Amino acid sequence: MRIFQSILYKLIIILIGACLLGMTAHAQLEIDITKGNSKPTPIAIPDFLSSHPQTDQIARDIARVVAEDLERSGLFKALDPTSFLETQTDINYQPRFADWRLIKARALVSGRIVRESSTRLKVEFRLWDIYGGTQLDGIRFATTPDNWRRVAHKVSDAIYKRLTGESGYFDSRIVYISESGPKTNRRKRLAIMDQDGSNPQFLLVGADLVLTPRFSPSAQQITYLSWETGRSQVYLLDIESGRRELLGNFPDITIAPRFSPDGKHLIFSMVSKGNSDIYVMNLRSRSTQRLTTNSAIDVSPSLSPDGKKIVFNSDRGGSPQLYIMNADGSNVKRISFGDGRYTAPNWSPRGDLIAFTKSDKGQFHIGVLNAQTGRAERILTSSYLDEGPTWSPNGRVILFSRASKGASSRSEIWSVDLTGNNLRKILTPGDASDPAWSPVLP
Amino acid sequence: MNVHLKFLCTALLGFSITACATQSNQLPEIQQRDVSGMAPPAVKAPVYVKPVRVKPVEREAVEAIPAPKPIGPKAGTKEHFKHIAGENRVYFGYNRYDLNVQSRDVLRLQAKWLKEYSSSILVVGGNADERGTREYNLALGARRADAVKAFLVAQGVAPGRITTVSYGKERPIDGGSTEAAWALNRNAHSAVLIRGSS
Repeated sequence: MRIFQSILYKLIIILIGACLLGMTAHAQLEIDITKGNSKPTPIAIPDFLSSHPQTDQIARDIARVVAEDLERSGLFKALDPTSFLETQTDINYQPRFADWRLIKARALVSGRIVRESSTRLKVEFRLWDIYGGTQLDGIRFATTPDNWRRVAHKVSDAIYKRLTGESGYFDSRIVYISESGPKTNRRKRLAIMDQDGSNPQFLLVGADLVLTPRFSPSAQQITYLSWETGRSQVYLLDIESGRRELLGNFPDITIAPRFSPDGKHLIFSMVSKGNSDIYVMNLRSRSTQRLTTNSAIDVSPSLSPDGKKIVFNSDRGGSPQLYIMNADGSNVKRISFGDGRYTAPNWSPRGDLIAFTKSDKGQFHIGVLNAQTGRAERILTSSYLDEGPTWSPNGRVILFSRASKGASSRSEIWSVDLTGNNLRKILTPGDASDPAWSPVLP
Repeated sequence: MNVHLKFLCTALLGFSITACATQSNQLPEIQQRDVSGMAPPAVKAPVYVKPVRVKPVEREAVEAIPAPKPIGPKAGTKEHFKHIAGENRVYFGYNRYDLNVQSRDVLRLQAKWLKEYSSSILVVGGNADERGTREYNLALGARRADAVKAFLVAQGVAPGRITTVSYGKERPIDGGSTEAAWALNRNAHSAVLIRGSS
């Protein structure tokens, strides 16, 4: 009787345990990226397997770059490879989930490189949900060996998308201004780098005062401001072909160019008799339409992702503030009401938020506010001089310029996520400013 | 000096002669005097003469000053423009673009020069201090440059001779982050270009 009872108890416990296990198995790994300061998800990324000496180094590098990408997002923690209990020799078998659970990994990335020839390799990976015991994704990319970095970023994007439900942003680039020389005689050159700061290179030779480059959201094309003719003029540059074009060649000062979300229009400010107003140019017909006629400064326009509204900066109310109007210039209304001066707005690619620069009591901040109501202002950063927010392609991360005080001040590019967490400096070869994020590469 | 010596010698001679003459006569009687109540005579420092030499003064004619060389830059040059106007920059208040009295005085002189040297053209560059964002400061610099242009045009300079540019906060003349540095960096710079030279 007693023995029977104890067996019964054990059975009940096992049943409850099985139910619990079943529940966890059904609760698939999903990371909520809308919450700030959530604990990073532990992920195991062993070196990819290599079957040829030519790909051994690439196999290690890809795993490292994927780990760095995911960690930089603030959402993941790449586990120390020396803690791994299982060493996979073939990725076409299920991993020993118990071994990975023991080291508290929630996800595992196992990958390998197949060398097809000296100029072509295939990179494949499987993403495993350790607690669910299931494969979440499996993708194979083919490329040339020297293009391994882009493949690593594509792997990172696939993992990010599968685990967060949002598209990734790792296979993207940043166009920026490389700065050198003393503050009173600064050389500012147009440059580009990968989203993680790798592969920095200059885009122009001979132009030493270039500012505010911006990517077309739909293509690998940029617009920027250059003084190469002695005054500020707007240029278009196709990064792939290197084709460069002076836009409009207006007799007046033109500043603050930015593409429309469909890449078909350019919106900018033009100065007439000292007064800057906002204009839009159809890039196909080259016809230009004036959108504001106010006698105050109207500058830094940015279109909403649906192309219907424009946020811009104006001091028509006495101090620089943010205003919204329809894309045809009608229905202007102010949306910033906090203390201080608001400038450099930038509409999120998701449409819900507007990032801005705010200066108040000797400090500069990057912040976001609700694009519909102008309310729910959140200040994300503070320093002597933070300015010029630009959004990641998925609207989750903001890059901005940060400069320190004094004659020997440094200019740097920093990133912060839209919850205000994960503030990081982007490593650049020298001083850098005016970052603009590209769309994800095709 | 000689005069003094002579006087001294004569005095000594006269004294010794008198002394000799007295010696030859009867010695006078010594009078007894009670000296107990008298103070001893004060000891005086010996007196001597310190000669004061008069230094000779030489005298000659002063050379005539050659005619002064003309100072200042050559008329009609960029340097001359700055020399005449006193300044090639005018300064502004924080987030302002109105011209103060001093600026107007400088610009009147700039206008006078520009009217005199009518083949020159002017590029006015507007500048802002670092406490603003890049694009807003470009717009502000444009405002400042235009304020200068408008004033010069009102003074009679042909508008076609003046181009405005804005450098925003990109061309500070003082790299510091102090009130004084910022005040210097809020300016409009007038650069003269002489036609036919670069």
